[in-house]
Parts: sequence; C-alpha cells; structure tokens
Amino acid sequence: MTTITAQSPPALPQGKPKSKALRRVRESCIMAGLIGCGVFSIATTATIIVILAVEAFRFFRLDEVSFWEFISGTKWSPLLGAEKHFGIWPLISGTLLVTLVAMSVALPLGLITAIWLSEYAKPKVRAVIKPVLEVLAGIPTVVFGFFALTVITPGLRWIHEGFGVYNAASAGLAVAVMCLPIVTSLSEDALRAVPRSLREGAFGLGATRFEVAVRVVTPAALSGIVAAFLLAIARAVGETMIVALAAGASPSLTMDPRSEVQPMTGYMVQIFLGDASNFGPEYYSSYAVAATLFLMTLLLTLIGHRVRVRYRQVYE
Amino acid sequence: MNALMKNTPNARSGRFFKDHLFVIVCLLAAGVCIAVLGVMLASIIVQGMEHLDTQLLQNPPSRKPEKAGIYPAMIGTVYICLVCAVTAIPLGVGTAILLEEFKPRQRTLARLHGVVQLNITNLAGVPSVVYGILGMTAFVELFQVLGSPSDPIWTIGTTDNWYYIQLPFGRGVLAGGLTLMLVVLPIIIISSQEALRAVPNSLRQGALALGSTRWQMVWGTTLPAAIPGIMTGTILAMSRAIGEAAPILIIAGVVYITFTPEHLMDDFTAMPLQIYDWASRPQESFHHVAASGILVLMAILLTFNAVAVIIRQKFQR
Repeated sequence: MTTITAQSPPALPQGKPKSKALRRVRESCIMAGLIGCGVFSIATTATIIVILAVEAFRFFRLDEVSFWEFISGTKWSPLLGAEKHFGIWPLISGTLLVTLVAMSVALPLGLITAIWLSEYAKPKVRAVIKPVLEVLAGIPTVVFGFFALTVITPGLRWIHEGFGVYNAASAGLAVAVMCLPIVTSLSEDALRAVPRSLREGAFGLGATRFEVAVRVVTPAALSGIVAAFLLAIARAVGETMIVALAAGASPSLTMDPRSEVQPMTGYMVQIFLGDASNFGPEYYSSYAVAATLFLMTLLLTLIGHRVRVRYRQVYE
Repeated sequence: MNALMKNTPNARSGRFFKDHLFVIVCLLAAGVCIAVLGVMLASIIVQGMEHLDTQLLQNPPSRKPEKAGIYPAMIGTVYICLVCAVTAIPLGVGTAILLEEFKPRQRTLARLHGVVQLNITNLAGVPSVVYGILGMTAFVELFQVLGSPSDPIWTIGTTDNWYYIQLPFGRGVLAGGLTLMLVVLPIIIISSQEALRAVPNSLRQGALALGSTRWQMVWGTTLPAAIPGIMTGTILAMSRAIGEAAPILIIAGVVYITFTPEHLMDDFTAMPLQIYDWASRPQESFHHVAASGILVLMAILLTFNAVAVIIRQKFQR
C-alpha cells in the first residue's frame, strides 16, 4: 500500500469538505457527459448510414438511373456522352485490381519481414526497426501518391512500354509500400504474443528455426495475422490519394494492371473536386459509390473482428 | 512433430539447408522493404532540395513554380488541426474513460457497452474519404436549404472576429476541422483505452478502498497514471490529422488561396492539399515544388513523432 500512495496523487478531495448531495450531483453530471461521448460515436455511425442511405436512395429515384443497372451494369460513364451509364462494376474492378496488386506484394513481403523480425532478428535490430515502422506507418498517403507518380510509373514505363501514364500497377505498388509497415508491425505483434514455451518445446524436439517459425509460431499466431491482413485490405480498398494521383480517371472493366482504371475512391474525389455545386445525377452517384465502399470496409472489419474473437488462442 | 522424428540424418541436412535458405529469403524481403523506402525518401529529397528555402515557407502559391510557397497552406493546416484537437481530444478521452472505467455489470448495459466498442472498431476502419462525404453533407450542406454561406441565416460575431460562426458553415475551417475530428476520433479512443488498460488494477482498488467515488478514482488516480500513454496516442493521431488529405479534399476542394484564414468560416487550404495540387499538375517543375512541400510536411510529422517517442520513453515504467 505504501508504494501506491507514493506513486499516485491523493485520490480524496482535500480542503473543504463537500456535501454528499453536491458530490452526487457532480458525479451524475460527469457521468452524463461521458455517456454523451459514447453516444456521439454511435451517432457518427448512424449519421453515416442515414446520409449514405438517403442520398443513395435519392440517386436511385432519378430518371436516368436504375438500381438494377447500378448493381449489374458494366459501363460507368456519368460525365461523358449524351447517354449516362451508372454500372458500378468498372469502379469495383478498379478498386479490386489496385488492391490485388497491392496485397500480392505487401502481404507476403510484410509477413516474411515480420517473421524475420520476431524470430530471427537480434533484439537490438528489432529495437531500431519497430519505431521506424511506426514512423513509416504515419507517412501521409499523398506522399506515396507522389512517389507512384514520379518514380514508380516512369520506372514501369521504362521496363515495359505497355504501361500507361496512369496505370493500376503503379497505384497498386504504392499502396503496397503504404501497407507494408502496417502488415509488418501488426503481424509481428501477433507473432511476439505467442508464448516462449511453444518455441522451446519445438526446439526441444529438434526442430530448426525455420520449422519453429513456420510450423509452430505462425499457425499459433494465425488469427492475429489474418486480422492484420484484413486491416491492410480495408486500408487498400479505402485508399484515396494514391489512386487519385496515379491510377487515372477512366473507369474500365479490366484486369490488366497496365491500363488506366478508376477505383471507387478516385471517382468520389473527381466528383467533389469538379463542379460539386452541380447537383446532377453524377453528384448523387458518389453517395451510392460511397455506400458501396462503406459496406465493403464494414464487412472486412466485421470479419476481422470475428476472426480475432473466435479463433484467438489464449495462452496463460 | 512425428514427421520431424522420422527424418534421417540426410534429410536433416536438407532441413538445415531450408533454414539457411529461409534466412536469406527473410533478409531479401526485409532488404527489399528497406530499399523501396530508401528510394522513396531519396527521390523526394533529390527532387525537393531545389525549392527548399525560406521563399517556400513564406510565399503563397503561385503560377510560377520558382515563386510558389506553402505559407497559407501551413497556417490552414494549423487552424484545422487546432479545431480538430480541441474537439477530438476531450470527446475521445471521455469515450475511452466511459468504456474502460465505467464498465457496466448489468447484462443489457454490458451488451450496449460491447456495441459501442465494436462500433468504434468499425469507425476506425471507415475510409477517410467517406468521412469527407459525411462532413460535406453534415457540416457544409446541412443548413443549405435555409440559407447559403454568402447569405447565412444565423451568425455569431462578425467576419472580423476569429470566432465568427454562421449557419450554414460553408466550406470553412470549422467544417474541415470537425471532419478531421471524425477521422482521428477512433484512433484517439483506441489508444487512450490502451493507456487506461495498462494502469494496474491495484491503483484503482487502492483509491476505491480509501473511499473515493468512481469519478474521483478516475480523476485522481487512473487518469494521471495513463496521461503519458494518452498523450503519445493523441500526438500520433494529430500527426495523422496533419497528413490526412482525402476528407479535406472533399470539404475544401483544390482552391487557389493566397491568404491565411481569418475566422472559423473562412476558406482554407492545407498542406497535403497543396502538395496534391502541385503533384497532379503535368509540369515537372511543379513536381519539384510538391517534393519540397512533402519535405516540410515530413519534417513536421517527424517532430511530432519524436515528441511522442520521448514522452513514451520518459514515462515508461
């Protein structure tokens, strides 16, 4: 008890004694304030859902638009031409293509780096790299977009002439660089959380370090690793500045990483950057696109939560 | 593990070969990561050194790249981040205290507690561009039906006062700052929760045993012990706010602004926006200005990060 009183400031109010009633009133005021804070976060979610739903509904009620075309159409041309088409799939394919490129680079590289950091690297190396990763995770995404535009794209065009000035591969690679610190840091946390005894048991049975890392530690940390992966995917899907700078602005239904695509986030930026005061169907279409994006990330978050809660192995 | 036991010495050398191979693969992967990040920083530094001078820090943006500066954007960033900090920190810490220190025991309330917690995890995953659209609709356009930014329906103060507020907000500093607040709020809540969770329970029990109420326990014992952690998390969240471009882009758009905002409703631009504007231009010389802007932005962020690390190390017990 002595250490506790020495460490913490006195918890009891000093000086003038307060009446019990006054204290109770004060406590309930504070409690109401705190509950207000909690309500605010719920209200934020509710407002997002209500706004997206109402405005998307308004979009679908417009004459030029049909809900069926939106969810099944393969042509997205809201700005050009006499006839406007609102089929979401070109935008979704743009998002998926960029995410696919990014994840096929970031996930393996990040996981291997995490395994190396957690199982092989000396404590001193780790002590340096961990904070560096945190700093890298805080680099603004517009910086990665600039990097994609000025270094990755010219590099890709130098390697192969088929790459356009704006292309999905460049944006995808920049998103991969952006996601790398997150994947590495979170996967490493998951690997480190596996208790020593598991490793020692495996070493005792004569396993090599590779076998311990890949067959014992990684499976034991799988729920955390999967959660980290899902978080990275959600980040990549919602990434805006990189794709706005490097992916281009012509939505097309393609899986060719060399071509110009427009992910959902890029479209939203284009609409709000342009003539946002023009309340035409293209303006409201951005709400429908935002709703689709919100649903996708919500789904990813919920799956990640489920994986973490359900498959987490608790070691005591 | 049975498979391992059956291995003959020959196969065993194969296993050790695999181990060595994996070390090489790991080092390669780590090397690639470091190389890519190194190339990125080097290219930005090389491109940005040209314009990195006092002119960049003092001038407004210009049509000529050699005269272009980032001053209004820097001041704009300071303003929106102040609005963001003033609103997000009390709300975020309050929510964290509610979730960590006032866990209800009743079943229905406990379920509600879980819902709020899951909701915050979800909010942390919402793309920032969606927050931008939310801010655009909720803050900028909310009262658009009743009036317009140029013809407001309700005002406090005049445009000479910094605290001038009107309804509707318009695409001003307040709308931008509040939108940023929505973006960083989940980050502040989650990091504050972690800081509060790290406070040993014995401190709480001691305070309660001495007869303090729950709030006195929080205010006098838990919160002081958690302050370093909360500060670290908050600083990191604010550095996220400084670099966040997408929601501000939705709210403010890319506008040509040569003056600094004077009140809460004034138009503004921010550093990431200015960088985006320069980077998206076709002329290469503007790319170099963008790189200089990035260097300034990164210097500010590194300072923030360094302060966070120092606080953490100073108070780590």
